[in-house]
Amino acid sequence: MWAYRLNIPSHWRLLSERYRLAGGYCENCGHKMFPKQKICPKCGSEKIKPVELPRRGKVITYTIVQTPPRGFEYYTPYILAIIELEDGTRVFGQLTDIEPSEIQEGMEVEMTIRKVRVSGESGAIAYAYKFRPLE
Amino acid sequence: MRPNRSVGIVGWGAYVPKYRITSKELARAWGKDWKKYAARILVEEKSVPGIDEDTFTIAYEAAKNAIRRARVDPSEIKAVFVGTESKPYAVKPTATMLAEALMIGGEERLTLGADFEFACKAGSEAMQAVIGLVGSRMIDYGLAVGADTAQGAPGDALEYTASAGGAAFVIGTEDKSVARIVGTCSYVTDTPDFWRRQLAKYPSHTSGFTGKPAYFTHIINASKKLMEEMGTSPKDYDYVVFHQPNGKFPLKVAKMLGFTEEQVKPGLITPFIGNTYSASSMIGLAAVLDIAKPGETILVTSFGSGAGSDSFHIEVSDRIEEVRNCVPRVIDFIKKKVYVDYAIYSRNRRMIIMPAGIGDY
Amino acid sequence: MKSLQKPTIAGVGFTKITAHWKQSLKDLASEAAVKALNDAGNPEINAIIVGNMLSGIINGQENLGSLVAESIGLSGVSSVKIEAACASGSAAVMWACLSVLSDLFDSVLVVGVEKMTDVTDNEDVTSALATAADYDYEVFFGATFPSLNAMIMRSYAKTYNLSPEDFGYLPILMHKNAVDVSHAQLRFPIDMDGYLNSPMVSDPLKLFDCAPIGDGAAALVITKKDGAKNSDHLVEIAGFGSATDTLATYRREDLSRLRAAELATTRALSMAGLESKDFDIVQIHDAFSVIGYLNLEALGIVERGKAHEFVASGDAERSGALPVNPEGGLKARGHPVGATGVYQIAELALQLSDRAGPSQIENPNVGVAMNVGGTGSNVFVHILRRVE
Repeated sequence: MWAYRLNIPSHWRLLSERYRLAGGYCENCGHKMFPKQKICPKCGSEKIKPVELPRRGKVITYTIVQTPPRGFEYYTPYILAIIELEDGTRVFGQLTDIEPSEIQEGMEVEMTIRKVRVSGESGAIAYAYKFRPLE
Repeated sequence: MRPNRSVGIVGWGAYVPKYRITSKELARAWGKDWKKYAARILVEEKSVPGIDEDTFTIAYEAAKNAIRRARVDPSEIKAVFVGTESKPYAVKPTATMLAEALMIGGEERLTLGADFEFACKAGSEAMQAVIGLVGSRMIDYGLAVGADTAQGAPGDALEYTASAGGAAFVIGTEDKSVARIVGTCSYVTDTPDFWRRQLAKYPSHTSGFTGKPAYFTHIINASKKLMEEMGTSPKDYDYVVFHQPNGKFPLKVAKMLGFTEEQVKPGLITPFIGNTYSASSMIGLAAVLDIAKPGETILVTSFGSGAGSDSFHIEVSDRIEEVRNCVPRVIDFIKKKVYVDYAIYSRNRRMIIMPAGIGDY
Repeated sequence: MKSLQKPTIAGVGFTKITAHWKQSLKDLASEAAVKALNDAGNPEINAIIVGNMLSGIINGQENLGSLVAESIGLSGVSSVKIEAACASGSAAVMWACLSVLSDLFDSVLVVGVEKMTDVTDNEDVTSALATAADYDYEVFFGATFPSLNAMIMRSYAKTYNLSPEDFGYLPILMHKNAVDVSHAQLRFPIDMDGYLNSPMVSDPLKLFDCAPIGDGAAALVITKKDGAKNSDHLVEIAGFGSATDTLATYRREDLSRLRAAELATTRALSMAGLESKDFDIVQIHDAFSVIGYLNLEALGIVERGKAHEFVASGDAERSGALPVNPEGGLKARGHPVGATGVYQIAELALQLSDRAGPSQIENPNVGVAMNVGGTGSNVFVHILRRVE
């Protein structure tokens, strides 16, 4: 079963998103999206520009994973959430630096970079955005 | 040593993970008398990295804070050096990941990048290198980072202090600086006081030998030489920051050199967060910059086992008031804490031998 | 469409759903296929469409078109696999209908098959099922399929003020229905206490909110009415429709509704010339309790936020006003993912030809099956009607 092995070329292609929350902005209708798409889902235009999205947002909904997929056993339980950034764009990722009992829908969070996958003793490390509570 | 053109710190930043473990809890795990240890070293608790933190993630936060304070566009920074003894990869520089995460060198990616190793003084090494590059007009801005998730061997004396943290300095020309780095000095010898072989998980050390022949000799020699070059004496400084492996050594070496406790205390942060190794003296310096006033002077002397010391004479400028409070200060990181026990500590630090088949961890 | 002859189901066959240790994917597929072909009077088959999601990743086997054709002695026939995550089965049915409607094929065999238990560790099955989600933006971060549905459950509960008990009514009914169904996987009743105390899979989603893992295959022979050999139990496919939504759950406009399910329903009803109130029997995709509820709402059977009341009231029971999943649904009959869509339609076909056995509803005329791929990213609706 290979599905869960870290895909290095794919991770490398997505570094601007995973390290810097690079999204897209439709010059035609103003819609902002994550990730940047080829065609605007709102107006169908191809005039999409890259843009770095805001680093702060709030939790829309969340879950606490108790039954992990392969590769995430060591981190279980961990928290997944849909975050709405300050400009309305939504992203999905883990919450970190927080206990499950502390989570509230609507709480403010900010982006940081943390380890997502470590492929054993000798494989690569994949870092990406996670969200931690804003004090 | 003085650079050809005047350079200084344009922005500084720090980061300390929020988890802590107390000396009492560490002693409990190994059946030791915690009062005996804590009193000897003056460290009550140390910082513990989260399960998803490492030297890169710590360096990222510290550098982000430094760049924000520096009010400089990352594309203008043309060197990024990370000093650490807990590299995520033995071969693959943390510096490149940091450059990518912060767009250092801009879209064109035109920047120098490398990781430095010199035990606990790798961070100040990085500063020396950037001072040289800026001072020689090769670049206008450079980033020096010291960061570590130090490996404390279980049950060992150093487990009480080996902690995690990072500090970063954007160094540039004097006109952009909030604190001028007037001169530096380095003193290096082959002294095997503490080391870690390449594949060893934990470092080895020589107990008593790490004192006089190592820490004290190098700090004293480098500091004395610097003051001689600068034509200064201890009373000329408002603050002195030393490498701080525990709460006692910096006070002792200060006394030996003729500094007072008042000069040392503002930059002494190990009692609260432990020894952050490559970030140790650098977080101390950051803590001082958080409170230093224009016109004040700071002496910083780091120490790295193996062994060596870098000493810096720093003068604070008026510009420091403009940027003091725009990012979290060291005291903010010290105050933000959550306690963990030895079980969570050993899981976060990957000290547990996992069964075969658990690949990712 | 109205002027064309509708496709009909001439024969039906399926295996029991369980962990079939002694049977391979090929064994299951051929068992169901042969049953369906016999049931249809053994017509000449012009094409085979295989519905399956995980054969590559779990069984190391793609190219199921060729595999299944060969397994029933039909090498030479045109045959492909179609994939739409957990809606692969009904996607296969829809494409069979399209082939028959095109008049290029007379009789098409649909086989839905899934062999999940060859992978024995839960973490691996979880990883396999996660391929239905968005790899780069969800799965990379550790999202599992249940975790994404858990967020929908939390969101839906918050929007409509549901308590944990409110989600229990559906799995309890499903288990009750499956007790006398010989092909069902879980044939024991459960109660509210058992439901509430079942272990947490991904907060707030519990074990008893989730369909089990199992193996199974179901098959149909789809043909034109005129071309059917054995015409005493034909059932007409009056209409069908499908629609997609964003792949990732976080990109949805509204987490408390399934837009693709609503669109697919509208399309199917339009083709059939019917309305939601015409349904006599419903097959919903209760892979997770909340999705079952959202199905009922998307099908226009209940108002949004009211599905739990409908189920709690007894109206969804076999004896109720509008029976839902009389064979136990995904929760109790089982959910061999790529095969489920075909099971739903096969069960409806039996119901609409009075051949359903102990689970037979009295005299249903119109049945509807909703099959959901991903967390609502690809939905297929088929409306079946009794042939007089």
